[in-house]
Amino acid sequence: MTATDASATPAGRGGAEPTLSVGHMDVVYKVRGRDRLALRDVSFEVGRRESYGLVGESGSGKSTVALALTRYLPRNGRVSAGTVSINGADPLAMSGTDLRHLRARTVSMVYQEPGKALNPSIRVGRQVAEVYEVAGLHRAEAAERAEAMLRKVQIADPGRVMGRYAHQLSGGMAQRVVIAMALAAEPALLILDEPTTALDATVEAEVLDLVSALRAEFDTSVLFISHNLAVIAKMCDRVGVLYAGELVEEGPAREVFEDPRHPYTVGLLRCIPRRGQRKDHGRLDTIPGFLPPAGHTLSGCVFAPRCLLAEDRCREAPPPSYQIAAARTSRCYRHDVAPSLPRATPEDKPLPGPPASAETLVQLAGLSKTFGARGSRGSRGEQVHALTGVDLELERGETLGLVGESGSGKTTLAWVLLGLLPPDPGATVELAGQPLAADVRRRPRSQLRALQIVFQNPDSALNRRHTVRRLISRPLARLAGLSGERLRARLAELITSVRLEDRHLAMRPNQLSGGLKQRVAIARAFGSGPAVVVCDEPTSALDVSVQAAILNLLADLQADEQVSYLFISHDLGVVRYLSDRIAVLYLGKVMEVGPAERVFSGPHHPYTEALLSAVPSLDGQRADRIKLSGEIPSATNLPTGCVFHTRCPRRLPSGICESEEPPLREVEPGHRMSCHIPLDELQNLQRAGQPT
Amino acid sequence: MTRYLLKRLGLAVVTLWLLSVIVFFAGQVVPGDPGRAILGNLADPRAVRALDHQLGVDRPLLTQYWSWITGLLHGNMGESYQYRSAVEPYVQAALVNSVKLAALAFVIVVPLGILGGVLAALRYGRATDRVISVVGLSAATVPEFVSGIVVIIIFAVSLKWLPVSASAGTGASALTQLDHLILPAIPLVFILFGYIARMARAGTIEALDSDYTRTATLKGLKPSVVIRRHVLRNALLPTITVIATQTGYLIGGLVVVETLFNYQGIGNLIYKAAQAKDFPMLEAGVLTIGVVYMVATLIADALSTALNPRLRLGTGG
Repeated sequence: MTATDASATPAGRGGAEPTLSVGHMDVVYKVRGRDRLALRDVSFEVGRRESYGLVGESGSGKSTVALALTRYLPRNGRVSAGTVSINGADPLAMSGTDLRHLRARTVSMVYQEPGKALNPSIRVGRQVAEVYEVAGLHRAEAAERAEAMLRKVQIADPGRVMGRYAHQLSGGMAQRVVIAMALAAEPALLILDEPTTALDATVEAEVLDLVSALRAEFDTSVLFISHNLAVIAKMCDRVGVLYAGELVEEGPAREVFEDPRHPYTVGLLRCIPRRGQRKDHGRLDTIPGFLPPAGHTLSGCVFAPRCLLAEDRCREAPPPSYQIAAARTSRCYRHDVAPSLPRATPEDKPLPGPPASAETLVQLAGLSKTFGARGSRGSRGEQVHALTGVDLELERGETLGLVGESGSGKTTLAWVLLGLLPPDPGATVELAGQPLAADVRRRPRSQLRALQIVFQNPDSALNRRHTVRRLISRPLARLAGLSGERLRARLAELITSVRLEDRHLAMRPNQLSGGLKQRVAIARAFGSGPAVVVCDEPTSALDVSVQAAILNLLADLQADEQVSYLFISHDLGVVRYLSDRIAVLYLGKVMEVGPAERVFSGPHHPYTEALLSAVPSLDGQRADRIKLSGEIPSATNLPTGCVFHTRCPRRLPSGICESEEPPLREVEPGHRMSCHIPLDELQNLQRAGQPT
Repeated sequence: MTRYLLKRLGLAVVTLWLLSVIVFFAGQVVPGDPGRAILGNLADPRAVRALDHQLGVDRPLLTQYWSWITGLLHGNMGESYQYRSAVEPYVQAALVNSVKLAALAFVIVVPLGILGGVLAALRYGRATDRVISVVGLSAATVPEFVSGIVVIIIFAVSLKWLPVSASAGTGASALTQLDHLILPAIPLVFILFGYIARMARAGTIEALDSDYTRTATLKGLKPSVVIRRHVLRNALLPTITVIATQTGYLIGGLVVVETLFNYQGIGNLIYKAAQAKDFPMLEAGVLTIGVVYMVATLIADALSTALNPRLRLGTGG
């Protein structure tokens, strides 16, 4: 095995000149008069018709790659070394006019938030047509071509959509428009930077399918940038793993994810709950330490400070790029032993499953929430049915996972439980047999103590002007009624249990990383000794390596304190890992609730089935996706009968689904489902695969 | 949207009524009575009383307010104590004069402010940006009576380019009038330039930084097209609202500037009416300013609603 230069590997794929070729590129950002290296010695190629994935966590520099290629770096950034070639031309050396032509004809880009990528004050049709106008077409002709392009991205009524503004489109629709715009010029290279991160899983699946189909049709090469390894695995032929501005490993996507050869890739893959892994199987592995700060001056390997395989040579000189197999490279001296990376977090401690003695802690019955029943909007007669007749219970020490697309009512349910929104009259909301007041301000202190929350975004949940000590002490004093020595003792205990250190106490949130902030938020929630903690997407804003540590922490705390979680997440892998039971919500109604394993393994509700099949899997090869037709209906005008019938792929021909609402009935012990199709029939259907 | 505007209109009426109450009763608190003010300090107290009776100012306050407000609702703003004739023609003439001055100031400052702000944003952080921002802020902090005197000394007294007085005299041509109005307009421009430029700058920086501007640039559009079509449209939306609300400043500034340049505008009218305790004139003047301010704000709201599709069409769909 010899150390070779990554850029020296032949373009390979077909032999033709690659669409994109990046050689030894360095990018620096000037911060306070000093150049800070954001990308170091990055080399890779995207061949004709190839789809290349760049994967990395926040701070890895993956978006900087995209900005550098399109020469859209912020003013303080520049490519300080290396070469870039797109279709044989060098965008870095171009004049303004040539660069404009390159952007108009050869490279297009789609990025994370489709709603923001569209101009809010210009009709979307006009924005798509602009691409054709740049190419020299007249206005009328450009509009015609735009309409045809919108039809290509499977927009059913392009004429109508063209007359709309960005804010009138759903996220998925907006992303289709953006993709139409990007492909309108039939570019040689399409750069997708986290194109589906802001979308629901079902919408994500549709957008990804669309990209795959169009890529084939337009003969476009794709550079796909994402933090989501499963999406990359699904979409890309080859993948490059970025860490701290360096490309640490590269190879065919399937091979890299199945047999990673860089300790960082190995660690990253272990952080993700996969293959049905659950908390009672043991803890997730984590990556210790932190990303080196931007502009670091490490003499050796960038990953060495966090690597459990690191030797002296790793810290002395940066490793070269080793060619470890055909078309595979790894920037690691120890690539041969990388898969045997020792665990950073011991797996041993078996975490208990749901407790044997069932004691219902939270009882929700007949819970509905209608918005706009009164007030300014209500006078127009528009009512949003956020929740309808929800019956759920949460037992002591268990985790109830709440899943569903956005708009399904997950967050509304949590808010009602927390007393931040009053439910419609007639609902039962009880905690340990005692009714909970609709308004949190009218709840006794004991109930406030018992019910706590961890939010998605610790940045906005923590007061940035307070120190960590104050943030955690306050609920101890106010809710738990502690003071003096007892407060200090409890604070120390909490800090230890969320794995913070004493030095963090004097810091303010902005001095902490996202993961540490979330630990503070968790410590705050656990301070009062709660019986129930509502976790609303607690790891969605975090990187996978940090997410693993937070999930471990939540599982450990649950085992130690017998606390119950109402766990809301759009990430089904995460929900499966942590939950004992799962409730699936659609348009404010419970479609299915049951033991996590039963809900996941099936037979499951057709909606659950569609939801599960929409999620790309790292383990690859899954049967054909169940496609949901159309968008989620408006909650102001719920469909008749079964609310899911408008999109259900297994709708019965008898018409009963349209006319009669199926009751939520127990189909097997502890497993309730709202579907007209009997369980054994569902089982047969789902074994047989996709409906025709 | 119609509903919203109707609501705003109703609110404006209530505000105007409150203003009428405040103006009327505040006028009564001022010591001294109109009869004395008109007849002079040496006049016979009996004559003063007789005049007060004739003017009706010896009646109870509420009666006076009632007759004033009902007159107002019938389009009768009352009779001036000073001139012993209806106040409308005076107010009307003064308003026309003030509008001329304000319009000139606006015509100068709006394009200048927007241009300055956009230019500063395009050269963000560089010398041009700093100069424009600092000049704008400094100009806004200099009071009109200072900048007014300075421009008089420089342009009228030393350079003799422009006339000192704002009034061109009756029957003057439009061009002559303009010549006379440029100097008084300058202090008003100074006051407003900084505000408008700052809003335009902030809006433009935000729009330049946005994802949609990146989309437009990466489409291969010319920079000039990107800025005109994609940046400015979104950047100037908040600026429009600011410009319209600045009419308030403009009117406040008018009182000082008109007095300084001896221009027969509404500011000067109010100032003189207050000196003469000519309450009907004062009240009519203040209410007129109130109406102008209200209308300007309404127009601003209607305009920003009309220009912003999010407000115009609502969400959903």
